[in-house]
Amino acid sequence: MALSLAVFVQIIVAVLLVIGLMVGNAVVMVYVERKACGFIQRRPGPFEVGPRGLLQAVCDSMKLLGKQIFVPGNIDWPLHFLAPVVAFLPVLLLYLPIPFGPYLTSLQVDDGILLILAFAGLGAVSNILAGWSSNNKYGLLGAARAVAQSVAYEIPMIMALLAVIFMTGTMNLTTLVEGQGGWPWQWNIVRQPLACFIYVVCLVAETNRAPFDLPEAESELTAGFHTEYSGMGFALFFLSEYANMLLVSFVCAVFFLGGWRGPFLDGFWWTFAKAYAIMFFIVWIRWTFPRVRFDQLLNLNWKWLLPLSILNLWLTAVVVKLAN
Amino acid sequence: MSPEPHPAQSEILPPLINLKPVNWFFDVNRAMSLWPVTFGLACCAIEMMAVSMTRFDIARFGAEVFRPSIRQADLMMVTGTVTKKMAPAVVRLYEQMPAPKFVLACGNCAISGGPFKFEGQYGIVEGVDQLIPVDVYVPGCPPRPEAILEGVFSIQEKITGRRWWPGPEEMPSDPAPPAKAAT
Ligand code: SF4
Repeated sequence: MALSLAVFVQIIVAVLLVIGLMVGNAVVMVYVERKACGFIQRRPGPFEVGPRGLLQAVCDSMKLLGKQIFVPGNIDWPLHFLAPVVAFLPVLLLYLPIPFGPYLTSLQVDDGILLILAFAGLGAVSNILAGWSSNNKYGLLGAARAVAQSVAYEIPMIMALLAVIFMTGTMNLTTLVEGQGGWPWQWNIVRQPLACFIYVVCLVAETNRAPFDLPEAESELTAGFHTEYSGMGFALFFLSEYANMLLVSFVCAVFFLGGWRGPFLDGFWWTFAKAYAIMFFIVWIRWTFPRVRFDQLLNLNWKWLLPLSILNLWLTAVVVKLAN
Repeated sequence: MSPEPHPAQSEILPPLINLKPVNWFFDVNRAMSLWPVTFGLACCAIEMMAVSMTRFDIARFGAEVFRPSIRQADLMMVTGTVTKKMAPAVVRLYEQMPAPKFVLACGNCAISGGPFKFEGQYGIVEGVDQLIPVDVYVPGCPPRPEAILEGVFSIQEKITGRRWWPGPEEMPSDPAPPAKAAT
């Protein structure tokens, strides 16, 4: 693909749209999350600010914008201010290979999933930077946990995706969607249920969401790696957390749930509907399950998910070989 | 880490552009999302938990996001007895909170020492306002959750200069009160 002017313009437009999507997604998800939390706990949730509390997320973001930026003593200056940016920027790149619709892909990459998995690791880097640079013991502990967790859960996650890649023989996300049909029984989740299950567990752990939100466990670490961040630094971490959630949901929708293919009228609305269904699932389990202990988290990964994903990968390889 | 240790910076600069509508806009937003700290000292903290739960639900007014880290919070509810041992921690927490910050003294203990104030007592700070500036006092031992809600409304009124929600006297009265009120 030559980097012509047209491609350049296309990427610029795509990045702008993706920024809009990220910000809009954060605003919507803050509201949805607080409302869902309220309903799960039998209370109305945000209700009075704006019609049925709709302006709540806007008020929150404006307040964070107007909050004092507090600079703690003895921090590592450049890294402290770099960390929220490093959390936010790579996610932008990750949205580029996602096929939202048949013609709605920002950048056609043959190894799209490789790009996503490679750059998703940068999220852990931003957590380390934040925890290390803010000269706070809780921040440092949170960062250490974040690294241990994301390194551990990346392996079964990649194994689960690799099983699907073995089966379909492609890393191109568009081809993956085209290989699946519109009806639910034609999706990859039917052919790879174990991989889908492993991926969903890893997805929750990779995005640091409860019940696996050990890096920011409030009861032990105050707020983990972003303890020292006030105002916009904190808002950027929040934004990138929601953007990461949406990204892994999109990958899940493309890999296992048939992407933009639906029973009727294929289009980007199916991708969005599926991704947001997974988002809602993540929110739902967050307010339903208590947080695990750290040893439980790692035991779950190394003793269950990793052997299961290896077994699944091996079985897939055997079946693919026999079928050929 | 830089060789020269540098202290924390927390001075509050005057606004560069001091426009009334802009300030009003930010003030309203501040008032509508007062995030409290997860911070309780004694029995009144139970009422703070109650106010965020089902029947009273401070979430309706956007103030249910209990932040564990003081850096991300706006409202400090001093709920309960401030012992002399705890006093340095309270002051330190207050000083660590970033600028638009508000304090709600909740319960008689935080207001004046409450039931623990007697001649010759040696362990209690008689009123948290001897340590940090307090915006709103909510009396009661413990205050009802409705009273804490009312305290939050008073802080909103203090920020924006008007009361946002109807008071109890303006609410339409119930046509038939329930036979047996739950206690
Ligand atoms: S005011 Fe009463 S309820 Fe509140 S902390 Fe003091 S003794 Fe406990």
